[in-house]
Amino acid sequence: MKTTADRIDPVAINGIGTSPLRKEDWPLVRGEGTFIADFKRPGLVHAFVVRSPLAHAQFPSIDCTATLAAPGVLDVITANELPDRGRPIPTRQFADEGSNRFLQRPLADGVVRYSGEPVAVVIADSRYRAEDAAELLDIDYERLDVVLDPDDAVAANAPLLRPDAGTNVAGHLLVEMGAIDEAFAEADLVIKETFRIQRHAAVPLETRGLLAEYDAETESITVWGAAKIPHVNRTILARLLGWSDESRVRLVELHVGGGFGARGEFYPEDFLIPFAAIRTGRPVAWVEDREENLRATNHSREQVHRVEMALKKDGTFLALKDSFINNTGAYVRTHGMTVPALSVSMLPGPYKWPAYRGEFRSVVTNKTPGGTYRSPGRFEINFVRERLIDIAAHRLGLDPVDIRRRNLIDRTSFPHDLGTLYDGHPVIYDSGDYELLLDKALPAFDYEGLERWRSEPAAGGIRRGLGIGFFVEKAGPAEREYARVELNDKGDVMVYTGAASVGQGVETVLAQICVSHLGLPYERVRVIHGDTALIPEGMGAFGSRATMLGGAAVMRASKQLRKRLLDAAAEELEAAPADLMLSPEGVSVVGAPARSVSLKTLLSTSAGVIIEEHRFVCDLLGFPYGIHVAAVEVDTASGAIRIHRYAVAYDIGRCVNPVLVAGQISGGFAQGIGGALLEEFSFDANGQPMSASFMDYLLPTSEEVPDLEVLITEDAPSPLNPLGVKGAGEGGTAGVGAAIANAVSDALGSEVTRLPLSPQRVVELAGE
Amino acid sequence: MKPAQFEYDDPETEEEALDLLARHGDECKVLAGGQSLVPLMNFRLARPARLIDINRIDSLSYIKREDGRLVIGAMTRHTHLERAAEVAQGWPLLTEAIGWVGHAQIRNRGTIGGSVAHADPAAELPAAFTALDASFQVRSKRGSRTIGWDHFFVSEFTTALAPDELVMAVEVPALDPGSGAAFVEYARRHGDFALGGAAVTLRLGRDGHCEKATIALVSAGPAPVRASSAEQQLRGSTLDDSSIRAASVEAVKGLRPTSDLHGSTEYRIGLLRTMTERALTKAAQRARSST
Repeated sequence: MKTTADRIDPVAINGIGTSPLRKEDWPLVRGEGTFIADFKRPGLVHAFVVRSPLAHAQFPSIDCTATLAAPGVLDVITANELPDRGRPIPTRQFADEGSNRFLQRPLADGVVRYSGEPVAVVIADSRYRAEDAAELLDIDYERLDVVLDPDDAVAANAPLLRPDAGTNVAGHLLVEMGAIDEAFAEADLVIKETFRIQRHAAVPLETRGLLAEYDAETESITVWGAAKIPHVNRTILARLLGWSDESRVRLVELHVGGGFGARGEFYPEDFLIPFAAIRTGRPVAWVEDREENLRATNHSREQVHRVEMALKKDGTFLALKDSFINNTGAYVRTHGMTVPALSVSMLPGPYKWPAYRGEFRSVVTNKTPGGTYRSPGRFEINFVRERLIDIAAHRLGLDPVDIRRRNLIDRTSFPHDLGTLYDGHPVIYDSGDYELLLDKALPAFDYEGLERWRSEPAAGGIRRGLGIGFFVEKAGPAEREYARVELNDKGDVMVYTGAASVGQGVETVLAQICVSHLGLPYERVRVIHGDTALIPEGMGAFGSRATMLGGAAVMRASKQLRKRLLDAAAEELEAAPADLMLSPEGVSVVGAPARSVSLKTLLSTSAGVIIEEHRFVCDLLGFPYGIHVAAVEVDTASGAIRIHRYAVAYDIGRCVNPVLVAGQISGGFAQGIGGALLEEFSFDANGQPMSASFMDYLLPTSEEVPDLEVLITEDAPSPLNPLGVKGAGEGGTAGVGAAIANAVSDALGSEVTRLPLSPQRVVELAGE
Repeated sequence: MKPAQFEYDDPETEEEALDLLARHGDECKVLAGGQSLVPLMNFRLARPARLIDINRIDSLSYIKREDGRLVIGAMTRHTHLERAAEVAQGWPLLTEAIGWVGHAQIRNRGTIGGSVAHADPAAELPAAFTALDASFQVRSKRGSRTIGWDHFFVSEFTTALAPDELVMAVEVPALDPGSGAAFVEYARRHGDFALGGAAVTLRLGRDGHCEKATIALVSAGPAPVRASSAEQQLRGSTLDDSSIRAASVEAVKGLRPTSDLHGSTEYRIGLLRTMTERALTKAAQRARSST
């Protein structure tokens, strides 16, 4: 991969803007990582979650007699055993009143609504015996009609997942700004199109897993295997257990093999495993296997959009209208309406639209429940909007770059209020210079050369295409983050953060920020995260927020600490703080090293340690923005797509660690390739998942992911935090569906309107 | 994803294995490389009461030439065959086909006998053996027999093997001088089972006309499909573009490859035609350059 960082600030050694060796890597490269499946406790027993084999059915009861009598079995848990027969798992984001009718309970109680829904938990001395015993459960399922397709879910005679709700629509939102009807009335051209994005998901390499242990003496429970949002999940677990004192619950992160939105949300198992540990008095381990993972962990992305765009002849955008259905699956899980709300609030993208009207209905169907996946709601709408713009360009005979450039939001109009809301936060693009990014990206990626390449003749049956996708991403918030920085008299720095590690390198990044603002060496900084017993509060790691909010909190705490220390030393040394230098030994006067005071002396009155805390609060979102460029060769006979070149330009405000940012972009890009070309959860007419293993759920491998060129720019620092950072985790994914679909449409001269671009679909398009 | 309970034997000799098969034939499965069987067991889709693990029978792992034929022991790993110079030299179709089998890790464990006995119609080796007119040596306590490809592959995951029989070796006749072969397939990801593929051999006469053609198709039906009327049609042709195109159209006539989530019947027919055309073109070039 070729990475270009546009500008490197002069920085402290290993501070902001550098790429030191990752703090996280030592244990990992030495095979000393502890993932949940590696983690054991004495006397542990194993849970197996028994799942519904049907997509929609009712069952009057479960007979556990034979299972309980099977060798090695300690316990069987059904809804009968749960307090209140299982309390609904609440949304933690974007709650919509209507969606509370569709929350999931930890175990199905009389009705199953998707294949894979937990109906019971068997606890045994081994996973093998638990699975054997589970086969002995006697459950008489009586099939109910299924509804799978989002359009079918809103049909008048659709089977209802919740007859008592009277509808399958779990959430609905309409946003409107500008005079939409007038804009359409004065249009020279109106494009109307339907776009479909397939159901796919995060599918981290490491599946979920938990180990819970109850301490009867202190009546407290510890759960290892937490991820993403340990503090938030502690609150939910305590609530579901009916414990008013949250401090009786401790959640601990181990190493995490991939999160991407799905891992770390509160799932049924996050209640069931601790509950089983309390019931049995034994440590209970559960590691999701892949077969479960593909049916049980959040799916995402399934949307059908009906859009209309109004333009003038010269390509000026007048208005955009979208009505879409989001298929959230059988239940509303913790994200509530997050995904469709992000789609509806960010569809306008980087362009000026005098009028916009967006509306979604989020429906329940008999498929695995959904949640977020890297660039949630945006991968989808970037595909929709950028495709629509190319269709308009084709119809008007305009160049796809020109039509975009003409409509970009002006650099002078930031902050730019889009007029939409996301989970109560106004969508105000904090800063940007979209045209400048275009001006930098095109020459950096030799766009002209690619245009020439595109027009050269290719071998028989091969057609070439070039596509671009421009988008605005979002970063943050979850409005607050906590940091505590401690320095001891040996010169060791401990940084405690409420942010979490999902493998993204948060320890490294926070250490770098601390180095830049405290002024002590990187090697002396340790970052502690992901243990609710050690860290009083935290909002975790999601939505590209950890550097933005966690980083800002660490920066402030580090600065406060440095100031307190230097102020104290200044008094001692009778010098101005600005003339002082901090080292692991102590503080000395610049140019006069003999005039110094040791940390031991400075910290002698505070038990050898100095502590500063900061709670950084920011209730607005940051909006990084990027451009994807794809050049493809399409084999019209087989439908194979070969990516000739792919490039991503991304402005992230400020880049703390260029190597990690490039890694985020390339990893995100690989997942985008999956979404654009390969990954799809398919179901048969009865709602049986057909992509039930990695044989049929096609994750991209190194063979399918081409080289990537990356341009990182820092032209629009965020005014929302003192670092100027915007978060960089999702831009690699956000534009892949858009750019590849545009390139393939260009190659075939036929408009792509649905993903993924399977070979069959490509052949069909080529034949049109 | 843990298998159901099973009994397990790991005989060290062919005789012991055949004894066990004679005793437990109907209720047991032979474990060779395990690359297909073990996942099926983990999903509990296969639940053999007993596994007879033949990995310790060293005598079944070999590659040798016998009267000009290639003989491959059933427990020979894919990697072994892939890297054998004499195979690349004399039976390059096999070397080319194996490159498409799964990934290196799978080829390190997967065996030749396992692949043919599993008889997945989407697998590469059964089609390559079919194109090469291979036959299969099988043995039981009752005796030995050799079964030609045309009788061996019966249907999806079904062969002519009796429950007490074990595949011992694959015999592949030598390619005639003046021959060229090619294996072409397309899968959505490298290493996946093919959506469609073709294994072909062509023999050119001195005058440059085609004397013999074999075409075996992957993922075309319940078993490897030999496109005999297309083969016949090619005989006597100059293997120019139009005769190759016509033969490819002929090759897929009447085929009904199974539709699934990765490709419809119609798509697969078109793909098989393209794969046949590409394989024939490649093989013709090779045949020409070998004469």
